Amino acid sequence: MALEKPYSDVPGTTIFDADMLRKGYHLNQCCMSLMKGENRDRFAADERAYLDEWKMTEEQKEAVLARDYNRLIRSGGNIYFLSKIFSSDGKSFQFAAGSMTGMTQEEYADMMINGGRSVEGNRYKGEQENG
Amino acid sequence: MARVTAGVTASHIPAVGAAIDLGKTREDYWAPVFDGFEFSKKWIDAAKPDVVFLVYNDHASAFDLKSIPTFAIGCAEEFQPADEGWGPRPVPALEGHPELASHIAQSVIQSDFDLTVVNEMDVDHGATVPLSLMFGQSDAWPCRVIPFAVNVVVYPPPSGNRCYNLGKALRTAIESFDEDLNVQIWGTGGMSHQLQGPRAGLINKEFDADFMDRLVDDPAGLSQKPFIEYIREAGSEAIELVMWLIMRGALDDAVDVVHRFYHVPASNTALGHLILENHA
Repeated sequence: MALEKPYSDVPGTTIFDADMLRKGYHLNQCCMSLMKGENRDRFAADERAYLDEWKMTEEQKEAVLARDYNRLIRSGGNIYFLSKIFSSDGKSFQFAAGSMTGMTQEEYADMMINGGRSVEGNRYKGEQENG
Repeated sequence: MARVTAGVTASHIPAVGAAIDLGKTREDYWAPVFDGFEFSKKWIDAAKPDVVFLVYNDHASAFDLKSIPTFAIGCAEEFQPADEGWGPRPVPALEGHPELASHIAQSVIQSDFDLTVVNEMDVDHGATVPLSLMFGQSDAWPCRVIPFAVNVVVYPPPSGNRCYNLGKALRTAIESFDEDLNVQIWGTGGMSHQLQGPRAGLINKEFDADFMDRLVDDPAGLSQKPFIEYIREAGSEAIELVMWLIMRGALDDAVDVVHRFYHVPASNTALGHLILENHA
């Protein structure tokens, strides 16, 4: 029996389940290694060479180099593991989250100050998504 | 005997820790957040807990994907703040309570809850931000802390019902410890928030208000809320709220609400905070 995924109809959302974990295992473990200062230094010195030390797909490596967080999530990245990349860049969770919405950083920050994204229209795929 | 006197809930947003560490708490953006904890600091100064049992979640700091414990109890003498990518927060280490923690582990495991015993781990913003909010900045935390990590990062997390019942088992365990200790239990994380994907930034004030109401008045009913409802209604990271049910399960059925605070936004997140006391 396949794993049941009652969350697959939630729009704009990836639940980090066993399938995503398998897909993103090495990507996430690579991110985790950036908790050590010496690894951050080596990563900063030559990002591509650092990524090549890990059993990651080319897609994942390119997405890290591009800091494309939606692509990273799609290819098995988990936001808390990915946070080691943007933290190493000196960026915040708001920066990273905002970058995934298609809004500018300023538009995203304004949306949050104005109470955040409404759940209305954002519960099920296919509903009119509110900006 | 040890006794559970009060419960605290608080969100544990990393940007809140950064605001404290960088001296930004009086800036226009952050002042309303910290104003909500002014009462709490005075309250805890008077309440003087000996031990805080701190329910939080690790955010890929102590635990990577090699092993994912659903419930992990920190039994060490000391827990250092983790380096989450920008260096450790400049906050004191947590002084643990290995005797009480081991006693709880034994009691709870033998009451059919499978805890992972952890004898060495660093603690991230999930644990240190609530401590900073409640105690402010200091050279040492004024009490012992037992960190208790719950997996809400990798699906499946534990159900609300499991968490609520675990809280009850924790209380029985704590209150069978011989030493006379004033123990508080904290449930951290939440409230509505989503940090990933095109739906990032989701906030649901009605959901959050209802959750706080029912946590006080109808925790058994609230504990039946299924995973999908947290995700759909309040964002993928709102599932952290099941940790509040662990706190609630460890308190009396009827509690006094000493303080209630809610603010949007703190970075991406709706910040919620409650102080609940058992009737003396």
